[in-house]
Amino acid sequence: MHVQSVDQPVNGQVGCAGRGPDDTMGRMTAAPTPSRTVDPAHDEDVTGDVPWQAVVWNDPVNLMSYVTYVLQKLFGYPEPKATALMLDVHHKGKAAVSSGDKEKVEGDVAKLHAAGLWATMQRV
Amino acid sequence: MNGWKRSGRGGRARIVAHLDAQEAAVLRGLVDEVRRMLDGRTAERPADELEELTGLRTGPSEKPDDPVLARLLPDFATDDGALSSALRSLHEPELIEAKHGAAAVVLETLPPAGGRVELTPDQADAWLAALNDVRLALGTALDVSEDMPDDLPADDPRASHLGVYHWLTYVQDGLVQSRMAMR
Repeated sequence: MHVQSVDQPVNGQVGCAGRGPDDTMGRMTAAPTPSRTVDPAHDEDVTGDVPWQAVVWNDPVNLMSYVTYVLQKLFGYPEPKATALMLDVHHKGKAAVSSGDKEKVEGDVAKLHAAGLWATMQRV
Repeated sequence: MNGWKRSGRGGRARIVAHLDAQEAAVLRGLVDEVRRMLDGRTAERPADELEELTGLRTGPSEKPDDPVLARLLPDFATDDGALSSALRSLHEPELIEAKHGAAAVVLETLPPAGGRVELTPDQADAWLAALNDVRLALGTALDVSEDMPDDLPADDPRASHLGVYHWLTYVQDGLVQSRMAMR
């Protein structure tokens, strides 16, 4: 991610934000699976019910501030959570930013693409 | 351009900046260039009769060969080619439409000869998306890296464009900060 030197938040101010238990990736990816009755014989047909996640990848152009703003705006995340996810993208190369059924995550990825983020979807 | 400032409150809140003639010409030119690249992509695959009738447009299933277009129109999955193709075909037309919409807002609100730009929150969001598209296009073309220096050696053919890229970064980052402070 592009590190903007102008108006960059003071070191530490950002780094320590949003690290509460509600903001960990584990919590995000462990979003509750909708309980449905699945006929095992038709397992192949229910891939749409298997939880998916939208993943944002690090790239050298997108600004840290912009990525944080997009995550707040698209998903309604509070700033500390959006910042924590952005920092995961920046430091780890990627982060799962939303999860749910296939259709929901597909829509999330489409919105992330419209915002210019490099995003893909994958099964959890 | 000397940064973005907020003016007004509540429903009358705006984000304001002044761009000089050269800045306006550069930005409008780049926004238009991205728009034309996207039009070129659309023109590669004309709508067939059924699509004209139903209005249900499907796009190409293949990722663009051009690296700039490929970055503007990314794949939906890294490890599932069939899924990526299907979703690209389904979503690419609306993605291009969204980018055109954002570009149109910039061209409508930025006086061609430069001057005052005054944006509502929604217009600021469109500017952010369009500025990002322009930076993605230029950044990909210049092959920028995370630790791109402020200046390149004078004999580097990218040197002159890098200044524009850094200026766009400054404009976008300032607008994000102002937009975030509005909520």
